[in-house]
Amino acid sequence: MTNKIKTQTLDINKIREDFPVLAESMNRHPLVYLDNAATSQKPKSVINRMHDFYSKQYATVHRGVYTLSQNSTWECDLVRNKCREFLNARDTSEIIFVRGTTEAINLAAFGYVRKFLKAGDEIIISEMEHHANIVPWQLLSQEKGFKLKVVPVSDDGELLMDAYQKLLTEKTKLVAITHISNALGTVNPIKQITHLAHQAGAKVFIDGAQGAVHLKVDVQDIGCDFYAFSGHKIYGPTGIGVLYAKRELLEAMDPYQGGGEMIELVTFEKTTFAKPPLKFEAGTPAIVETIGLGPALDYVMTLGFDRIEAYEQSLLKYATEKMSQIEGLTIIGRAKQKDALVSFTLKDIHPHDIGTILDQEGIAIRTGHHCAQPIMRRFGLPATARASFAFYNTKEEIDKLVAGIEKVKEVFA
Amino acid sequence: MSQPSNVPEPQLDHLYQEVILDHNKKPRNYKVIPQPQLHSHGLNTLCGDEYFLFLNTSPEGKVTDIGFQGSGCAISKASASIMTTLVKDKTIEEVKILKDSFLDFMLKDGITASKEKIGRLKMFEGVKEFPVRVKCATLIWRTLEDALNNIHERKE
Ligand SMILES: Cc1ncc(COP(=O)(O)O)c(C=O)c1O
Repeated sequence: MTNKIKTQTLDINKIREDFPVLAESMNRHPLVYLDNAATSQKPKSVINRMHDFYSKQYATVHRGVYTLSQNSTWECDLVRNKCREFLNARDTSEIIFVRGTTEAINLAAFGYVRKFLKAGDEIIISEMEHHANIVPWQLLSQEKGFKLKVVPVSDDGELLMDAYQKLLTEKTKLVAITHISNALGTVNPIKQITHLAHQAGAKVFIDGAQGAVHLKVDVQDIGCDFYAFSGHKIYGPTGIGVLYAKRELLEAMDPYQGGGEMIELVTFEKTTFAKPPLKFEAGTPAIVETIGLGPALDYVMTLGFDRIEAYEQSLLKYATEKMSQIEGLTIIGRAKQKDALVSFTLKDIHPHDIGTILDQEGIAIRTGHHCAQPIMRRFGLPATARASFAFYNTKEEIDKLVAGIEKVKEVFA
Repeated sequence: MSQPSNVPEPQLDHLYQEVILDHNKKPRNYKVIPQPQLHSHGLNTLCGDEYFLFLNTSPEGKVTDIGFQGSGCAISKASASIMTTLVKDKTIEEVKILKDSFLDFMLKDGITASKEKIGRLKMFEGVKEFPVRVKCATLIWRTLEDALNNIHERKE
């Protein structure tokens, strides 16, 4: 891409045409889809690619000597290389296909932490983690006697870095932190977090379920040992995601599941394993979902993260300004580095009532605890309402959201 | 995108009726009863609504006192408040019939028999236009069921 194209702003109308569902209506209103942090909509290129692949190219991978299967394998390998490029990993063997971020975390917990940590070793997470980045470590800690330590969060929703530094000791063996909080929007300083962890001798796992969608990720620059993201949040299919891990770790780790594909040689006495990435990919994979991830990554890489970020930040600024003016509305999460989502409460009106009334206006938002109960508890809230934006959202849609919130206030006046 | 065909077109004023909004704002019997004879804790794990319910009964099996506390949406809170006003001074047998009729009314289609037995609770008919919210209206009645059966914890 030339510099000229890169500096152009995004043509949002054209982008919206690429996402068919955005032309749908919901409850007799044009759909205003503001639940992108939960899952994002799919461009035609993804939908068509999967449709075409099923129609013309589908066959299993790695096993067939016939042309159709070899082609299927080849196409999946191309996507693996695209993921490598997307994260700037050194080698395609560092890209493990998984079901999503949740499975990536469980894989690292089982394959790395279970094998290399000893009772009394410590794992650091943060108060703003998604349940997916809490429960796997907790389960393992209970079983193996590791200690889980939690970095607290400020009233604005920022990680308290001083507290983090104090928690780091020679016993710390893993730091598992989210790149961007799905509940607050906070963007964490993951490069600094990684640097500090490495100085203390700990490995670093970054939950990139939100991060990879909104920011350019360069795993070599960050220096993290693991980075995970989900296809369905980055305009791709469900059932596919990526775990990046450094090659030397993957070599040393235990396989996650046993089965076909991941072996070198099997006898009843002993099995030797395939090399990464196949060592971690037992069974027939999500072939067509893998194929569909390719055009999704192409889509964001073609738009370019500099343009995506600039536009999404303009949406965040606009939404924050407009919503701050609504009397009785409180924004939860006011980090200086923040991604395009607004978590909020409205007087004493329960978020589910907000969600139902907005739904009747065609507006889809998320209400509840966002799978992050500890951070909700930190702010003393059972739930919030959350509007999360993507590059296909517009200021007009934010105006509709604001009007919808005013309507909620009328009902509960 | 359309609703399943057996669900009437949703209308907000069927859901948020005056009476319901009033009970949400000023919940009745919103209190803890210390050392109650019967109690339970109802939790809707999906949305986090949670209520604690307390009852005392007379030797003849009448509900002499009832109270609830907790947090949740307008529908769940109003349902809890209205339930307490209806259950007070009824016998356990009457309460069980009312509970079963209301749950039938909310969860099954075309129930006319139960409709006659539930009286004022017919106002919750509008909630059925919003299928995901039916659980909000029934949570406290499930909690009541548990309290009567000496079950102290329920997760939906
Ligand atoms: C920050 C964060 N981590 C992890 C996850 C889990 O991702 P998935 O459900 O795709 O495995 C999510 C998505 O809900 C998330 O927002």
